[in-house]
Amino acid sequence: MKTPTFLGYRRENGRVGVRNHVAILPLDDLSNAACEAVANNIKGCLALPHHYGRLQFGEDLELFFRTLIGTGSNPNVAACIVIGIEPAWTNIIVEGIAATGKPVAGFHIERHGILKTVETASRQAREFVQYSTELQRRPCTVDELTASVKCGESDTTSGLAANPAVGKAVDRLVNLGATVMFGETSEVTGAELLVKERAATPEVGEAFYRMWSDYNDFIISQGVDLRGSQPTKGNIAGGLTTIEEKAMGNIQKIGTSRYVGVLRPAEAPTGKGLWFMDTSSAAAEAVTLWAAAGAVVHFFPTGQGNIVGNPIIPVIKMSANPVTVSTMSEHIDIDLSGMLRREFDLEDAGDMLMEMLIRTANGRFTSAEALGQREFVITKLYRSA
Amino acid sequence: MDNGVRFFVHHAQDTVGVAVSDIQAGEIVEGWVMDENKTVRITALSDIPLGHKIALSDISPGDPVIKYNVPICLAISGIKAGEHVHVHNVKSARW
Repeated sequence: MKTPTFLGYRRENGRVGVRNHVAILPLDDLSNAACEAVANNIKGCLALPHHYGRLQFGEDLELFFRTLIGTGSNPNVAACIVIGIEPAWTNIIVEGIAATGKPVAGFHIERHGILKTVETASRQAREFVQYSTELQRRPCTVDELTASVKCGESDTTSGLAANPAVGKAVDRLVNLGATVMFGETSEVTGAELLVKERAATPEVGEAFYRMWSDYNDFIISQGVDLRGSQPTKGNIAGGLTTIEEKAMGNIQKIGTSRYVGVLRPAEAPTGKGLWFMDTSSAAAEAVTLWAAAGAVVHFFPTGQGNIVGNPIIPVIKMSANPVTVSTMSEHIDIDLSGMLRREFDLEDAGDMLMEMLIRTANGRFTSAEALGQREFVITKLYRSA
Repeated sequence: MDNGVRFFVHHAQDTVGVAVSDIQAGEIVEGWVMDENKTVRITALSDIPLGHKIALSDISPGDPVIKYNVPICLAISGIKAGEHVHVHNVKSARW
């Protein structure tokens, strides 16, 4: 099979991006206003406001740093400005991103005030925008891509068509030597033993199972009984019977591929192939974690019509639900409803996804990008001090 | 293109198919086996709503029901080929 090519941005560290953002990244909630002011002053910048970054500690703080450093380091980001209230944590993020070799600069508000900070950061942002807008797209191959997959607002059509279609695309990407991540720790409950068996080695399967068990123990410790809630009443009305059946519909998204390793939230893969990441099943949180781990594009199959996007990575949406693709057409990039009418089969659907992947990688805006769906949501493990 | 197909079967080894339109008891319906791109035919013994499952073979009490080529639940009563497979005659193997 000939490896498909596209025009992408090759960054200083050799990694390939499909977008060319200048990110204005707040360290903390207090610095959102300054970042939005810079993005308003200098055209072509992207502010990434969020709610956290103060008094976090322990594992939660490590995840927070990993998420911010990973976001600025993503190959879809050409250059990055970090603004924080104080210099110490701001510099941790700046130094983390600087390891990629890309242009990055940090500013802090204490001892300067927001107005002076916005002015100096805006001057730097102007230089970064002029730097990034001179960069040219170059020929790249699909094996250089990192993608992620997750479904949302799933229904019967997801298990029948949209999820298996993503599975076809994942199999092709993995066979071509690309890197793909999946996750949704809560949603694989019911199929956890099958997911364990889908690991490339017994050790990796055990590592997955430990990750899943930790999550399950946490759920039980909170006094939650999944028996009462999974599958949901809506799932059952739609035809699902058990948590096993629901989970199997979910993992159709990984096709027949075996995963080569497991990742903590926002942890970058260390090699090619399919990887499991411990993520929430909430769409925006999960996509934000994969983007922080280096995914540059995301496949999002939906049944009833989840509309999630991400500020730095294009989210390609597909649905086989005929009602969704007609009533919410502006959100759907690939209409798979013809599969339910048997107008095309799973292999054809896989072709459609790969074609849209290449067009998107070449620069075509996804529906979510055109509509301005830019959900940047940080995963928090527990409350701040 | 064939609009006559009324249910889909993920794998040839599956013991259930999924209705892609409402099926009435007594209808002889055709299903598409997706992995082998072939069709099968069965007489429906119950009404099967869109998205619900139809048994493709007789299933004994306690036997696993196979979909996606894996067990997805256990029969709690005998199920005849053509009958509706749902929460009234199957349960999770987990609890």
